[in-house]
Amino acid sequence: MLSTFEKLGIPLKEQEALAGVAVDAVFDSISVATTYKEKLAEVGVIFCPMSEAVANHPELVKKYLGSVVPYSDNFFATLNSAVFSDGSFVYVPEGVRCPMELSTYFRINAAKTGQFERTLIVAEKGSYVSYLEGCTAPMRDENQLHAAVVELVAMDDAEIKYSTVQNWYPGDKDGKGGIYNFVTKRGACRGRNSKISWTQVETGSAITWKYPSCILQGDNSVGEFYSVATTSNHQQADTGTKMIHIGKNTRSTIISKGISAGQSQNTYRGLVKILGGAANARNYTQCDSLLLGDRCGAHTVPYIESRNRTAHVEHEATTSKISEDQLFYCNQRGLSQEDAVSTSARKSSRNCRSSLPLRPRN
Amino acid sequence: MTQIGSAYIERYPEWQNGLPGRNLAWLSELRADAFARFAERGFPTRKTEAWKYTNLAPLAKDVFAPQTAASGKMPATVPAHIPDLGTAHRIVFVNGRAESDGSTHNALPKGVRLMTLGEALKEAPDLIADHLATDNKPEEPAFLDMNTALMTEGAVLTIEPGVELEAPVHLFFLTTDAAARSAMHLRNLIMAGKGSAATVFESYLGTGKAEYWTNVVTEIRVEEKARLHHHKLQSEGEAAYHIAMTLTKIEDHATYDSFAMSLGGSLARNEIRALLDGSGIDCRLNGINLARQRPHLDTTTTIDHAKPGSTCNETYKSVVGDHAETVFQGKIIVRPDAQKTAAHQLNRNLLLSDEAQANTKPELRIHADDVQCSHGATVSELDEQALFYLRSRGLSENAARSLLTEAFVTEMLDDIENISIREALRHAMADWLAGLSGTGGQA
Repeated sequence: MLSTFEKLGIPLKEQEALAGVAVDAVFDSISVATTYKEKLAEVGVIFCPMSEAVANHPELVKKYLGSVVPYSDNFFATLNSAVFSDGSFVYVPEGVRCPMELSTYFRINAAKTGQFERTLIVAEKGSYVSYLEGCTAPMRDENQLHAAVVELVAMDDAEIKYSTVQNWYPGDKDGKGGIYNFVTKRGACRGRNSKISWTQVETGSAITWKYPSCILQGDNSVGEFYSVATTSNHQQADTGTKMIHIGKNTRSTIISKGISAGQSQNTYRGLVKILGGAANARNYTQCDSLLLGDRCGAHTVPYIESRNRTAHVEHEATTSKISEDQLFYCNQRGLSQEDAVSTSARKSSRNCRSSLPLRPRN
Repeated sequence: MTQIGSAYIERYPEWQNGLPGRNLAWLSELRADAFARFAERGFPTRKTEAWKYTNLAPLAKDVFAPQTAASGKMPATVPAHIPDLGTAHRIVFVNGRAESDGSTHNALPKGVRLMTLGEALKEAPDLIADHLATDNKPEEPAFLDMNTALMTEGAVLTIEPGVELEAPVHLFFLTTDAAARSAMHLRNLIMAGKGSAATVFESYLGTGKAEYWTNVVTEIRVEEKARLHHHKLQSEGEAAYHIAMTLTKIEDHATYDSFAMSLGGSLARNEIRALLDGSGIDCRLNGINLARQRPHLDTTTTIDHAKPGSTCNETYKSVVGDHAETVFQGKIIVRPDAQKTAAHQLNRNLLLSDEAQANTKPELRIHADDVQCSHGATVSELDEQALFYLRSRGLSENAARSLLTEAFVTEMLDDIENISIREALRHAMADWLAGLSGTGGQA
């Protein structure tokens, strides 16, 4: 199994040597290897497969599992709750700053299967953790289902940074095969001054439905969502976030960049909800969509519901193709048309990529 | 099927006899088909995306029988409430029935016809047959179908090609307590021929406190190079339900300019669907929801760019006080071949009280790449710095708040070309703002 990761360019050993990143690898919903466990244990951080956590830390799992995403939340969350077999569990005790990036690689190998992993991250008072997940699957003509549930819990003054690079198999150029990526991800900022930040790069999957959300319960808590979603051929990405402002002085920022090409459809769908008690809440949302080609679609569907007059909610969105002026400028400096287009597309997603822990090469 | 839908189905045969145009076979067929569609689906619920933010339960709790009997005359006190639009051509409806007193639509220039729907069905049924219930359909057609099935009256305005109508046309709908517990299913048709120009002012006034339901559909066709300014004031009674749908089809190089101000009713929805079926079209949709006390005001628009090279600009604002709630849903569609489209939308909401609620859902659905589309939305209270500035100049807290609230909304009126309509709207707005400080909504 480890050699499969080698082939995919995800050599666990090499990665850890280069970046000092602790890795948990989940293979068809089964955790196959977790590195750096001992080193993390020295500072009290628990990083292990969910199956081990259930055996070794039942009190923690019982306390938090299902507390953010109840099993009745939606069809796929229910399915996941019924059948999940593994996933990652992270527990960062009070006051601990997790000394390295934590990372999980997910891979769906078997044909016509589903992957139902469950991830739970708990950051106790004053702690910090950064977690990166990556996903791949081999090319197959049939569709496969990925229905994961991710729950984050941040207590007082804690911060969780959750990053995703999603590169599931998107199907071939005619839209045959590919992963159905129906994922429920939600974080609860339970404590005062807590912070949860979602960063995602969505490039794969035939269909993605994914709305990593923040429930901002604690006063002064902060939610962030940075997303780059690219689609091509017949892919469909429907992604966005929900920011539920409950506590006072809660703040959220949403930056979403969509790039669509081919015959793909790329949708931002998001909710900003300000409840009556969320005095002085702030939200800023920016969604930009870029269209490459005249057969693709870009859609922006924000929902804003405000019940507090002292809250300020701002949303702005634009949709266009790459500006002729920008292309002309690049061409005139000697870049080919293709390079000019890719330069412009990269530029549009720069804000979001810079918040990834392992900066991808441009 | 909602329970209430079935109550309408039971009563429908009894109501049919009172409907106009029973002698027209095509119309009876159209009505029957429409009713069958309504009967199948019933009232939309909040599970219908287009009605996500508006709960129809208060309207659906009882059956409103269509107003088919002859109405009372216009009460003597009303003419004072009719906005003075100078030389306007006016057609008056009282409790859903045409009322000749007060109507001044006889002296129209050549090439312009203004009739009641009842008259039109007698005198020019072919005209109605050609323009009724065309292909420009909303996403959720329940109320359109119900209207087609039960429509009793309305205004029909036709402007021949090339005719430029200087004076505005005023469609005035008055409802009194005599219409309590009944429904006015009104259908207006406006046809602006090639190269024509006109200004239409549609206004709804409720004088009583009774519950009634106005269900109005206005179908508009703006032909090539025509210019139509369409303004609306919704000032229904405080317990009224007002469900309005404007379906506008716009052709090459035409201008459609719409402004709607809503401040009445307990539950009101103003829905506009503009189909831009040509190039070089200039479409402007603007409006204001003014909500205080307990109303629920909903503005829902769809701008559908079907052909390349057209422009739309849309700005809607809401001021929400007391326990009121407002909704804005604005969808802009750019179809696959509608290249070179420019579409810009802005929605701003001002919350004045702790119990007020604003919901907004701007939506871009873009299927063409060579486009410039944007939308923006904000929800907040008054700007603290602006307040501080005015306070530092010696204005009281209340005076500063009133001034800023007024500034927020009155700028919307600046683009209305017709002075008398602009003043009529300004007057209605001033009355509303004056009531605002009285209710303590800004305390």
